[in-house]
Amino acid sequence: MSTSPKGIWKVIGASSVGTLIEWYDFYIFGSLATVIATQFFPQTNPTAALLSTLATFAAGFIVRPFGALVFGRLGDLVGRKYTFLLTLIIMGGSTFAIGLVPSYESIGFAAPVIVLLLRLLQGLALGGEYGGAATYVAEHAPPNRRGYYTSWIQTTATLGLFVSLGVILLVRHGLDSDVNVSIQKFNDWGWRIPFLVSIVLVGISIYIRLKMNESPLFTKIKAEGKTSVNPLKESFGHKTNLKMVLLALFGATMGQGVVWYTGQFYAQSFIETVCKIDFEQSRTMLIWAILFATPFFVVFGSWSDRVGRKWIMLAGMFLAIVFYRPIYQQFLDLSDTTIYQTQTPASISEPVVQTDEMNQRTIVTTSIVKTFDNGFAYTQKSRDTVFAGSSKPVVDAAPVYTEKKLPAPVYWKFVFLIFVQVIFVTMVYGPIAAFLVEMFPTRIRYTSMSLPYHIGNGVFGGLTPFIALLLTTINTGDKLVGLMYPIIISFVCLVIGTVYISNKTDPDVSD
Amino acid sequence: MMNQLRKWMGLIWMLMGPLSMLYLIKTALHQIALHPVTDTKIQWAVFVIVFIPIAIGLCIFGWYAWKDEYKRQM
Repeated sequence: MSTSPKGIWKVIGASSVGTLIEWYDFYIFGSLATVIATQFFPQTNPTAALLSTLATFAAGFIVRPFGALVFGRLGDLVGRKYTFLLTLIIMGGSTFAIGLVPSYESIGFAAPVIVLLLRLLQGLALGGEYGGAATYVAEHAPPNRRGYYTSWIQTTATLGLFVSLGVILLVRHGLDSDVNVSIQKFNDWGWRIPFLVSIVLVGISIYIRLKMNESPLFTKIKAEGKTSVNPLKESFGHKTNLKMVLLALFGATMGQGVVWYTGQFYAQSFIETVCKIDFEQSRTMLIWAILFATPFFVVFGSWSDRVGRKWIMLAGMFLAIVFYRPIYQQFLDLSDTTIYQTQTPASISEPVVQTDEMNQRTIVTTSIVKTFDNGFAYTQKSRDTVFAGSSKPVVDAAPVYTEKKLPAPVYWKFVFLIFVQVIFVTMVYGPIAAFLVEMFPTRIRYTSMSLPYHIGNGVFGGLTPFIALLLTTINTGDKLVGLMYPIIISFVCLVIGTVYISNKTDPDVSD
Repeated sequence: MMNQLRKWMGLIWMLMGPLSMLYLIKTALHQIALHPVTDTKIQWAVFVIVFIPIAIGLCIFGWYAWKDEYKRQM
């Protein structure tokens, strides 16, 4: 019971636009984590503020499996179309509302509490969206092209991140003709615009989705009175289905989730916070890498129709396990400033001195921008402390080198290294929707596939940047220690997937 | 041969669940003792609470494997 070729593209278009917008909504929060930290959390300790933001970010991920249960159940009871219409409205509304929340300075602790609640709503909505969209497309697709058609839905998660980064950069530069003033305005209030824009995008998407028809397979079982009465009980209360849910989680989505979030989130976080690359370069690199790699979702999704889903996904995990450490070591080597410290810069900016009065002492931070012949530039920050009653400053520590701007050849090497990671992402993620859809029967498909997907991606994957950051605070000697988390999870998933999962595709999903 | 491997590996998954939890709880307590501030407590409490059901799931998965529920590849 597949839809005509013309009809299927309408289905994919309508599903993908909505899903892309939901991902956009979800990711602008992550992409603006550092700005949000300064707006909604106490500034006494910047690290605490950043961690709190990441915690809020992580909360959005952790709640996703609950969204999968709530909306998955609804989708199996009342239908796919109305359920993912509802998730879209919740997502758009909460994103828009985040853009309106007053700062910590204005309303105190109410600010982070409201943001956290809205973030939880976003997570719930996303938990219901993806399973619905993937199921909806798969139930329209012809059996031999299911991997190909559902891979278009798979592109939306990455494209959502791409759009969020693009909108942020555009707004950051578009608020004033002077770049520095524009960035200042963005940090003050302009960061709200990407959130507010969401309401327009969601409005368009709701209009498109309202015109869609219900999935033909769901319509059929509903007409026959065969829909599930209690999808949660059927999905997780019966051994026959529960064992498949557990296999999907431990043999596929767990590894897929960490590979996804390492390649597209941890990479950016590492480049910005560990390598100290300039805000803009660290984002444009990701934009280029995503742009070049996104077609491969469709390539691997389509290929999985011919050679099976299993080995493509597991090969992606294997490559990630083998290459993560060398790739991140390259990031560190290429951004190392040691060799530049012995060279004479082509230009040195006027020092910018900032003083912060603290109890009984004054912190003096001096920033100098050094630019070298090959185009490499960085800001050298030195911090001195002047104690009350003393005029002699005490040098706090060695200077810190931040806001590094890479010359073009090095910049493109970074793009390539991120691109390689996104290719791993396309391998594990391209075929996964078809793989999950084929594992479960129509009557409980929405519920059954949503839970392992969102535990794998929301919990295992979504917590990747957060756990990796924590690992670096435990073992401060190894800058790559954060990678141990995705490597170990991928390894366990690879072993389970290899031993227990079949490479056969199921042509009949109308069961 | 493969069926035997699937079955016996079930023991590994059954063991891995509680062992990973034990390791996580031990690390959490150690880190909280080192930095006894609210932030640290919240972070580690979240990890422990979130990963406990997953570890139980891994044990159930191992149990099913041990009981030959995955005798043929799924």
